[in-house]
Amino acid sequence: MREMLSMIVVLTILTAVSGGLLAAVKVKTEPQIEEQVLKFQKAPAIEAIFADATNNPIQERFNVKAEGIELQVFPTTLADGVKAVAFEAKGTGFGGPIGLMMGVNLDTDEIIAVRVTTHAETPGIGTRAKEDLSFVGQFAGMSMASNFGIKNQGGNIDAMSGATVTSIGVSQAAVAAQDLYKKLKPEIVKQMN
Amino acid sequence: MAQSLVKEFTKGLWAEIPLFRLVLGLCPALAVTKTCENGIGMGVATTFVLLFSNILVSMLRNIIPTKVRIACYIVIIATFVTIVEFMMQAYMYELFLKLGIFIPLIVVNCVVLGRAEAFAGKNTVLPSAADGLGMGIGFTLALASLGAVRELIGAGTLTVWGGTPLFTIGHGYIPFQFMVEAPGAFIGLGLMLCLMNLIGQK
Repeated sequence: MREMLSMIVVLTILTAVSGGLLAAVKVKTEPQIEEQVLKFQKAPAIEAIFADATNNPIQERFNVKAEGIELQVFPTTLADGVKAVAFEAKGTGFGGPIGLMMGVNLDTDEIIAVRVTTHAETPGIGTRAKEDLSFVGQFAGMSMASNFGIKNQGGNIDAMSGATVTSIGVSQAAVAAQDLYKKLKPEIVKQMN
Repeated sequence: MAQSLVKEFTKGLWAEIPLFRLVLGLCPALAVTKTCENGIGMGVATTFVLLFSNILVSMLRNIIPTKVRIACYIVIIATFVTIVEFMMQAYMYELFLKLGIFIPLIVVNCVVLGRAEAFAGKNTVLPSAADGLGMGIGFTLALASLGAVRELIGAGTLTVWGGTPLFTIGHGYIPFQFMVEAPGAFIGLGLMLCLMNLIGQK
């Protein structure tokens, strides 16, 4: 009896202390981790999309909230005076979620460019979505009201040959971005002015 | 006292080196030694875990009931591995991305649990710390050497820290890509074991 009690007590205290310690470490490193994710995953995509930005979209990022959704938005004013925002949406690829950063012109509701941020796709096959710009280049100039599905599902996007699942994942992310933009545009415009 | 501490420390560096003599910790070793740099990164993370889990297990060895000792060791090891993971994510993001899923797998690395059970659970704190540190550094050396061999033969470069190669063999060399793939890992390890046994024989 005494043995059982000591086993229970020791294990309970040990796990409780470990849990508490880990929670503390998590809270302490959270800001630093967010900064790293921003620096390594999102920043390169934003810099590629807004190559002629006149400000620093990453430093001026803000969050918008509407209809129960919260989104991190990166605003910019481009060299020709165009006001634009970039934000990330997710789709489901072959090996896991695919993150897609989309830059949209606020005046004309047109896509400026998109870039893949995070993914878990097969090297050489699905990873072409990030490396080969001809696939994501299709999105540039398209209106936010277009059908972002794959061509053989009735949409306007050519899938990458041999990487259909990844292509569908990117297309899903674009559709998710479309939905986010529709719901949050009024809030975004309000906060930018 | 100091003499025996040094002995506990140095045994992990050669006589009982985890990878080539104890033949423990093969899974991460084979997977992360595509480059020397990744091997060193993994080795340093494992050393940190080994050192602190050995110290803590040794400190608690009289309190932990024998029947639940493995469960307790795993909790302690998992806590330190998670701390390492958070620290890497916060301060060494690129290495974190390269090591990927193998960081959480340090929990089930046989070297860590093996030393906790075989040594730290039965010895005082200072010798356990020396043992953990020695085993960890030995593991790092083993990973670094296996990684260096595989990278040099399989890719023609040698990367030690910072991403840019320290040394590149040059244009005339066509890399033997087999060595950086999975089969090459096994063969590379086998050849290193062969070499260790040969040197040890004398």
